[in-house]
Order: sequence, then C-alpha cells, then structure tokens
Amino acid sequence: MINQKAGSVTFENVKKTFGAFTAIPDLSLTIEPGTLVTLLGPSGCGKTTTLRMLAGLEHPTAGRILIGGKDVTMLPANERDVSMVFQSYALFPHMSSLDNVAYGLESSGLSRREAREKAEEGLSLVGLAGMGGRLPAELSGGQQQRVAVARALVLEPQVLLLDEPLSNLDARLRRRVRTEIRELQQRLGFTAVYVTHDQDEALAVSDRIIVMKDGEIAQSGAPRDLYEFPASSFIADFMGEANVIACEVVGIDGAEADIRIGSLTHRVPAGRAKPGAASLAVRPGAVTLAEGRGEGLAGRILHSAYLGDHVEYEVETDVGTLFIVDHAVDRILPAASNATLGFKNRGIALISN
Amino acid sequence: MRHGNRRLDVVLILGAVALTLLPWYRIDGGFYGFGWLAGFPLSTEVAPGLVQIAAHGRWWLAGVVLLLLLAGAARGMADPMRRGAALAWLGALGVLFLSLQGLAIGFSGWTWTISESLFGALSDGQPSMGAGAVLSAVVFVLLFSFGLAERGVMKGDAFVVSAISLLVFLVAVFVFYPIGSMFAGSVQDFDGSFNPDGFIRNMQDPGIWSLGCVIGGGRCGVAWRTLWLAIMTGLGSTLLGLAFALVATRTRFPYKKGLRLLTILPIITPPFVIGLALTLLFGRAGVITQGLSELFGIEPGRWLYGLTGIWIAQVLSFTPIAFLVLIGVVEGVSPSMEEASTTLRADRWRTFRRVSLPLMKPGLANAFLIGFIESMADFGNPLVLGGSHGVLSTEIFFAVVGSQNDPSRAAVLAMVLLVFTLSAFLAQRFWLSGKNFATVTGKGDSGAHIALPRGLSIGVHAIVIPWGLFTLVVYGMILVGGFVKTWGLDNSLTLDHYAKAFSISFDGSIAWTGVAWNSFWTTMEIALISAPLTAIVGLLTAYIIVRQKFTGKNVFEFALMMSFAIPGTVIGVSYIMAFNLPPLEMTGSALILIACFVFRNMPVGVRGGIAAMSQLDKSLDEASLTLRAGSFRTIRKVILPLLRPAITAALVYSFVRAITSISAVIFLVSAEYNMATSYIVGLVENGEYGVAIAYSSMLIVVMITVITGFQLLVGDRRLRRENRVAGLAPSRQEKTA
Ligand SMILES: Nc1ncnc2c1ncn2[C@@H]1O[C@H](COP(=O)(O)OP(=O)(O)O)[C@@H](O)[C@H]1O
Ligand SMILES: [Mg+2]
Repeated sequence: MINQKAGSVTFENVKKTFGAFTAIPDLSLTIEPGTLVTLLGPSGCGKTTTLRMLAGLEHPTAGRILIGGKDVTMLPANERDVSMVFQSYALFPHMSSLDNVAYGLESSGLSRREAREKAEEGLSLVGLAGMGGRLPAELSGGQQQRVAVARALVLEPQVLLLDEPLSNLDARLRRRVRTEIRELQQRLGFTAVYVTHDQDEALAVSDRIIVMKDGEIAQSGAPRDLYEFPASSFIADFMGEANVIACEVVGIDGAEADIRIGSLTHRVPAGRAKPGAASLAVRPGAVTLAEGRGEGLAGRILHSAYLGDHVEYEVETDVGTLFIVDHAVDRILPAASNATLGFKNRGIALISN
Repeated sequence: MRHGNRRLDVVLILGAVALTLLPWYRIDGGFYGFGWLAGFPLSTEVAPGLVQIAAHGRWWLAGVVLLLLLAGAARGMADPMRRGAALAWLGALGVLFLSLQGLAIGFSGWTWTISESLFGALSDGQPSMGAGAVLSAVVFVLLFSFGLAERGVMKGDAFVVSAISLLVFLVAVFVFYPIGSMFAGSVQDFDGSFNPDGFIRNMQDPGIWSLGCVIGGGRCGVAWRTLWLAIMTGLGSTLLGLAFALVATRTRFPYKKGLRLLTILPIITPPFVIGLALTLLFGRAGVITQGLSELFGIEPGRWLYGLTGIWIAQVLSFTPIAFLVLIGVVEGVSPSMEEASTTLRADRWRTFRRVSLPLMKPGLANAFLIGFIESMADFGNPLVLGGSHGVLSTEIFFAVVGSQNDPSRAAVLAMVLLVFTLSAFLAQRFWLSGKNFATVTGKGDSGAHIALPRGLSIGVHAIVIPWGLFTLVVYGMILVGGFVKTWGLDNSLTLDHYAKAFSISFDGSIAWTGVAWNSFWTTMEIALISAPLTAIVGLLTAYIIVRQKFTGKNVFEFALMMSFAIPGTVIGVSYIMAFNLPPLEMTGSALILIACFVFRNMPVGVRGGIAAMSQLDKSLDEASLTLRAGSFRTIRKVILPLLRPAITAALVYSFVRAITSISAVIFLVSAEYNMATSYIVGLVENGEYGVAIAYSSMLIVVMITVITGFQLLVGDRRLRRENRVAGLAPSRQEKTA
C-alpha cells in the first residue's frame, strides 16, 4: 500500500546566483503539509530554479531550506525525501516502465522483488496496470507522463515536485491529466509543489498559488483571492487577462466600495482598498457593450474579430483602450462605430496597492 | 550525516591498513609476487609504516600517522561545515606532506641541501613508495574530497568530488610530474645537483639550430628540419585529404565506400609499417629499385633514406586522418549557401572559389595542424627511414639510449619538440575555435551540393586514383611481404618468416617456440589491461566535463586535452626521468606501460564520451538523483547503458592504440615486458625485414578481427538504442565543451 507522509516546506531568505546573475534575490516561503501549491509566473522568473533547489539539484547561494522541519540545505538530491516529475518526464529509455518505477525503490534499498511489487501497485494507481513491460518509447505521451508520476509517487516522498508536468501534452489531454493529478493528490494527501506558467492550470489544481516575478514573490494566496483581489496590475494581468484602468474610490461601505470610472460609478468588493485614486482590473468578459450612444461609458470600436463563440473588440474610451470579449455573436459592431459600455458585477477588481 | 560517516569510516580504516598491514616501501620482487609476506612485518624492506617509524628510524613518517590520527579525531565533530573544513585541510596537508617527504628524502638521505642544513643529516634514506605509501596518498585525497563534499561543494556529492580530485591527482602524477622532472633533469648533474652546463651547451648546439641549408654551407639543424618536414607533411596530407573528401562527397566516383574504408587504415597500422613497406618497394634492395636498375640500368640510390622518404611515408600515413576530418568539413558546407551563390549568377568555379572554399578554410587549417602535430610526434617512420640524420623524435631517442647517454640533451630536444606541438595545439584551440562555419545542424538542410567544376573534378580524380592505388600497393606489400624470402634478391614464396615468428610445437604440452610469441602475449596482456582502464578514466572525465560545473573546469579540461599534444617520445623520456628513482620507481615494470597507455589514450575516450553524453538529456541523470540514486548508481544504471556505443569505441580504440604505438613505448619496455612494436623495430634494425613484416601483418589481422568482432557484438543494438534516446530526449542539447 502506498502511504504518503506529507511534509511541510520552508524557504528562509534563500538566494541563488549563477555567476554574476542573481536568479533569486531573497525568497522566503512556507508550504503547509498536504497542500498543493503552485509556483506561477512568466518564463525565466525563477520557478524551476526554486523547485530544483528544493529537490537538491541546485544548492542555494545563501539561506536555508527545510523539508518536514529538517534542514536539508546541504543535503544532496539523493538523500532528500522529495521526488520530482520532470518536464521531459526523463524516463530511462532503456528500462521498461516497471523498471523505471522500481528504480527509485531499489535505490532506497528495497529488494528487487519488493520493489517490483510496489512498482506494480504504483502503476495501477495511475491506471497503467499491465503496462509494466513496455519501454517508454512504446507508450503514448499521456502514458509516459503517468509513468513519471508513478515513479515519483511510489517513493512516498514528503513532497512531490512537478515541473510543468503537462507542457508536453496536447491541449485536450492536459485538462484530463491535471484533474487526475489533483484527484490523486487529494486522495493520497501528499504535499505537492507544482510549477507552471499557465494560470488556468494553476487556478484549476491549486490550494494556494505563489506568483513569482523576477525571482521574487509577487503575491500568494488562494486562487480566488488572487483572481479577485490582485495585489498589482502585474498579477491582475497575469491571472487571466485584464484591462488595468485608473479609477477613484469614493467611499467604502463594509465589504464593498463605491468607485468612479470616468463618468460611471460602480460598486465592487472592497478588499484592502482605501479611498482615493486607485487602479482597477477589468476582465475582458466583464464589460457590457451596447450599440450607439446611451447611458454609460462612451466608446468607439477600433477593431473587431469574430471567433466562433465570441467576438473580440478593441474599444477606445476616455479611460483608455479596452479589450472586450462579447458573447453576443449574432450582432457584431463594425469598426469605427459608436458604442456604450457598462460593467458587470463580476470580473471587476480593485488592485489593492 | 549517517551516510557521510560510513564512507569516512571506510577511508579511515583504509588509512590504518596502509600504515599497519602493507609494506610502506616498494618491494623489489614486485608486490603481487607476495614474496614479501615472508619477511613481514619486521624486516626493513617490507615493514609497514608504523614499524618503519618505530624500528627502522624513518621518524619522518610520523607526520602521516599524526595527520591520520587528527582525521580520526575530526570524525567526532558535530558541525558538518567545521568537520568538512578540518577534513579538507588534513587531506590536503597529507598529500603535500607525502609528496614533500618523498621528494626530499632519497635513497641515501636528504636530496636537498636546504633541508639537510635545517634538520641535520639523516643516517639513512628511504626507497621508493610502495603499496602502503600509495594507499595512504589515496586516503588523503579522499579525505580532502569528503571534506569538501560535506561543505556542500558539487552539491555535496562525495562521489563527484572524489572523482575530480583523484583525476587531478593522477594527471598530476602521470603527466605533469614527469614533464616537470624532465625540465628539472635537464639542469641537473648525475648526482642531482644543479648544473646548467649541459642545458646551455645543448641549447646552443648548431646541430639543433643551424640554418646552414638556407644561408649556405651545410645542413640545417634538426629543429628546423623537423619543422620543415612537419609543414610539408601537413600540407601534403591536407591537400590529398581534401581531394579524397571532394571525390567522396561531390562526384559520382563509383568506389566511394572503398574510399571510406581508407579511414580506418591508420588506426590499425603500426606507425612504422608504412616506412617498412616503402623500404621493400624503393629501398636499395626494393622491388621497384631493382626492377628499374635491371630494365633501365638506373643506379639504385639511397634517396628514400632521409626527409624525402619520411615525408612520403608520413603523407601516406596521415592522409586518411585528414580525409576523415575533411569529409565532415566538406559535407558541413551548407548546400543552401552554394545554391544561393548559383542563383546570384556565379558559375560553378566561382561558387567553389568564392563560397565553398572560404567556408572550408577553418576545417582545412585544422586538418593541417593535425597533420603537423602527427608528423612531429611520429617516431616509427623516421626511425625506419631516417638513417643517422633523423628528426627531433628520433634524436631524443638516440640521446637517451645511444652511446651518448646525455639526458640533458634529450630533455632539451624534448622541450623544443614540445614547444612546436603545443604551439600548434594552442593555435588549434584558440585561433580556430569559434571560426567554424560548418553547419551540421541536424535540421534537414534541404538542397544538394553542387557538382565540382569540370576542371577541378578532373584534377581531384587525377590525384585520388593514383594515390589510392599507391596506398593499395603499399598495403599489399605489407600483406604479401611476409611470404617472400628476401625482397629484391630472392622473390620466391615461403612460410619461413611466419614459422620463425609464430611456430608452436606440441611436446606433451604446447610450447610457444616462435620468437614473436613472448612480445605478442605481453602486448595482448598490457593492451587488455589498459583498454578498460583507459575507457573508465576517459568516460569518467567526460561525465565530469559535460555534467558537472565547477570553478577551474575549463583549466581541467584544457590540461587534459593538452596532454594529448605531448608527443609520445617526450612522454617516454619524461617517464624514464621521473619514474627511475624514488619517490616513484616503475621503470621496467608492466605498470609504467599501462600508466603510459592510459594517460596517452584517455583524451580520445574523453572526446568520444563528451560527444555521446551531450546527446543524453541531462534530466535523465537528475531524475535518477531525485529517485534516491547516488551519482555512482546513476552512472552505472542510467548513463553507462545508454553510452554503450561510446564505451565500445573507447575500448576498441585504446586496445588498438596500445598495440600499435611505439614512440613512448620504446623507452619503457624492458627485457621482461617487451612490446610487439618495439620488438619489430628491433627486427628492422637487424635487417630481418621478412619476420618484421610478417609480425606486422599478424598484428593488423588481430586488430581487424577485434574491431569487427566488437562491431558484430554491439552494432545492431546500438542503432535501436540511439534512436530511442533521440526520440525521447530532443528537448535540450547540452553545449559541447
Ligand atoms: N544553470 C544556469 N546558469 C545560468 N543561469 C541560469 C541557470 N538556470 C537558470 N538560469 C537563469 O535563471 C533565471 C530563472 O530561470 P528558471 O528558474 O529556469 O525560470 P523559469 O521560471 O522559466 O523556470 C533565468 O533568467 C535563467 O536564464
Ligand atoms: Mg522552467
């Protein structure tokens, strides 16, 4: 039986430089046992470096790393109680899937027979019972991915690390596999650190998301917090597209705030907002669009594109050019025509700093 | 830390073994004879370190005991950083102390006057280091490595740190220490005192430096003649190699496969064999010389014995190497460049001259430098053909073994040779690197190479066909030569030569009565021992260079590759200068031959390993590490199985090189351990051409058998494996160093 033991993860003022280049200036974070935490951020922001330091594949230049409360900063990768699913899967091409899964067990000192039994179990856990004899080259991409997950899981690590585990799968498969990973994690209850640059994926699987930018934490929190209360325009734009426009907070009423955008007033969740000038993140789908001039924000269509189930517009207004997604496909406003804009109740968020 | 303690315990126990259970000094009868067990542990020759200190007055060895005891005490330290620092310091001091005491105290006491005046005279000296001393040196290197690993060096990977330290240690002992000793030896008297007279006299010797042939009046010095020969050989082999490469890739020549077979010839041919075959053709008693003199009355001349003959032999020997290099270069010129040129209204000739040729220039320069270095390092052909006026490599040999016995002259000549080859090597590394326009990308670069201009096509065929035929004749001579009674004089066929070399008689048991058997079996034995060692050292080095990052890595790689540019003759001279006296004495043993082969042939294993390993996705090793496997298990279970073709290549290559090489070997052989090549050279010197050539063809046949055997064994699997690797791991290609 595969019994996971969930461990916590702590980074204390970790710094990592490559020669003269500082990839991670000063990183501190804590991950609760049994949660799935995503490191999210644009390419090159230091997600992989962070994960590899946790795995022991890179050693920090300064600072401490703790796994399950134990200082592992100087411990080599093979003596750490974590395991990792690689972006390229890194399945050993000369070993069958069963041997691949048994490999780590044998390295940890299990006898060959025990290791194979447990590896069989691991394979059935990911739905590959009976496929143990196949070489990685004889498996589909999705199956290879699951072998990689099984190989990491059977070691019952305190923390499972996944570096963009879905990036080699096609879009359709991606959705299914990410659900499977999340289900497995919730069922077995292990701690997982998941790296991705895709915010949909992050929103779909995480207990908590840590958004990184230039080696620092830009914001961390539950998926919903990040989406609804972005701390900066960077977060707002990165967590699903957003138009960032200037507004003024005119009053706060408990959990809600009244704001003024150009000529329009609106009520939004207050978050940590204070009265005065502020920024507002407006999701492309949170804007209503009506033909001609009327009550609301006046705009002029710059450009429109028909995309089957929705239409994309660029609309020029007093508060800036907005990108809008409209689901009314039976009526397409032509370029250069006038329009009136309004805001829906969802998808509008005050940026808190 | 449990893990760290276990390996530390093992090493500390080894240290104790080195001091108590093994003879500290070298055993004259050989360690593996185990004759020393009789006198163990009390007699002064075979006593272990502790007894040497207590009973035989070798008080200075107490330093080793002290350092090991301190290391044992450090084991108990709790803080890993401080313990690591302590271990690293003790290890470094231990290596330093061992080297210093070894160098400072020779057979009869202090070797340096400064230490004698400091500590007073010693009543007794010490012999060379033996099993105990060597093991304790290794223990200190390992302590040093473990200490660094505990401080987090190389991500705390003790195996990698130890491998790097041991490699650096071995290369220092077997490459840099001998070269250093040679330099030191050149300014020493026989008794070891400083005396630069011999050095200065030789440095000014007109026999080396005279420019007589240019400014009139006599011969040029051997340095200039060698340089001239190397330049001509470089040019000749590059031009011929280019012609062959063009024919093989840009024409419709029907025997292209046969041309490519040419490239394995130099690998399996002992270097002097070409010279030998030329003698049989053009020497005073050669077939062609005799034929011409009979038919046309042309007086048989001695023109072959001198630079001209050596030059022909070297061009024959090294053209295949240039060909191999230039095939890659010619194929590497992107066809789209040439197509672009033709669409810009250039005709074929203009395209070749203005586009293709300039793109090949760096490759041509590279081929030239390779030919240059090979010619400088060549020893076999000049020995057979040079007569009394040889080149640097043979002069070095005669300075050591001849009646002159002038080590400082040998050292000076070796330095001159070293300066030439190292300059060429440096030029190759720094001037040519980054100038490579060849574009073998692996991306299907569509388009076809344009055909050669007509005139050029005729030209290259006119060079390639006669030269190819000539090569065939020369090799034919080698195979046939052994069956002919006396070349030129009595051309009847006979099996006598083979019988003399390889006869066996059954007299109850098998008796190897042939004269060649002794050296043949020694050669096989040494080649079989050194081949796997070479492959291990070479591939381990490649692993470290490709997969590990550490400060000084470039220097490490450079120093290793540089050892390849040291001519064998120089290695030979430096080995006998370094390993003839304490602290390390190995001359006359099999060990010195094995060490020589391992460190001379390793760079090829390194290159092959680097190329192969760069194709393996790095995440495979990382995956293995995160799956609890240490580096050693990772190498054994993941990297080695995937590197099988490179391993085979390294094994075959080092096996074959150990059989064919002569330049360093000829200094190091002894009556007990004689190698095939030096035995054959001896036959040639005695004028026994028939037996010599019979023996040579036997060697060639053995090597062909070994190579094809290996090919059959692993050839098929290797393709499938490689495809799989390529299919799975296309994502990241490491930059090849
Ligand atoms: N081994 C390395 N040497 C030098 N720079 C590196 C190395 N690994 C990563 N970097 C740099 O560190 C930064 C962060 O990289 P990485 O963690 O891989 O980003 P990502 O968030 O895309 O996974 C990048 O700018 C990258 O170029
Ligand atoms: Mg990444």
